[in-house]
Amino acid sequence: MTAVVFWVLAPLAAASGFMVFRFASMARVTIALLVSFLATGGLLIVLGLGYLGVVVILMMVMEMIIMAVFMIAYMMNPAGLISMTMDHNKRGALAISVTSFLLLGAGIFAVPWPRRAGARPADPTFQLGKALMTTQMLTMITLAFVLFATMVAAVVLATGRGRYDRFGDDLKRRPAAGPVRGGVGR
Amino acid sequence: MSLQLFLLLAAGLFAIGLYGALSQQSIVMIMMGLELMLNGVIGAAAAFWHYVAPAAGDGQVLVVVAVVAMAVEMAAGFAVATAIFRARDVDMTDMAADLKR
Repeated sequence: MTAVVFWVLAPLAAASGFMVFRFASMARVTIALLVSFLATGGLLIVLGLGYLGVVVILMMVMEMIIMAVFMIAYMMNPAGLISMTMDHNKRGALAISVTSFLLLGAGIFAVPWPRRAGARPADPTFQLGKALMTTQMLTMITLAFVLFATMVAAVVLATGRGRYDRFGDDLKRRPAAGPVRGGVGR
Repeated sequence: MSLQLFLLLAAGLFAIGLYGALSQQSIVMIMMGLELMLNGVIGAAAAFWHYVAPAAGDGQVLVVVAVVAMAVEMAAGFAVATAIFRARDVDMTDMAADLKR
């Protein structure tokens, strides 16, 4: 059963990941990436990580919806109707990517991996929660602070600069005039 | 099924993502490449937990760390893309190469 699911999901994950950089339409690109993530989430479930697999699937569905909105907002050719190249140094990137894959592949088959130590717990989700709340507590706290800092940084970066940046909460003052007066006869 | 096959898939996803992150011009497409690389990390961490050390929860914690890295990358990436697009109408990396000099 595991083998069948693996041989269905693994090529699907790799192929749809590959198609992300082949499609011209942004909608298709987003869906291709989503399929790749869904396949990985499915593989996590097959490996016994039901909770994390479902977390990945749910998170990625939401993330790809947000991504689609941003793609359409910021891409120069959202619908992919005009054929244009959106890449640079394709050959160099391909060489680096293939080399890294070959090196990783060689490592995967050359390294004598250790045998499985211990048995699977009855409830992997309980094991994860226990690890996060005991031995890996520092990791969890660090992740929490990183997420909080990211939220603050993202809001600060994404907010437009208005007059409140110049005058604070002093609402009585008018916005400052520009340094150079515009219009006719300046 | 073996650990090697899962790791090979993870290496493949990582390499495809690396190709995208290096070759794409659009900031959003570069982020997609980074996401694919992290996708490979998630698969590899889960395989390590299952095939090497299922008795400890550390492998699962590694998956959580990768998922958080993905969320942080998305949020920070879109915030930076919004900031630079608002300031200078830049949506491609080649248009923001001031520090290259």
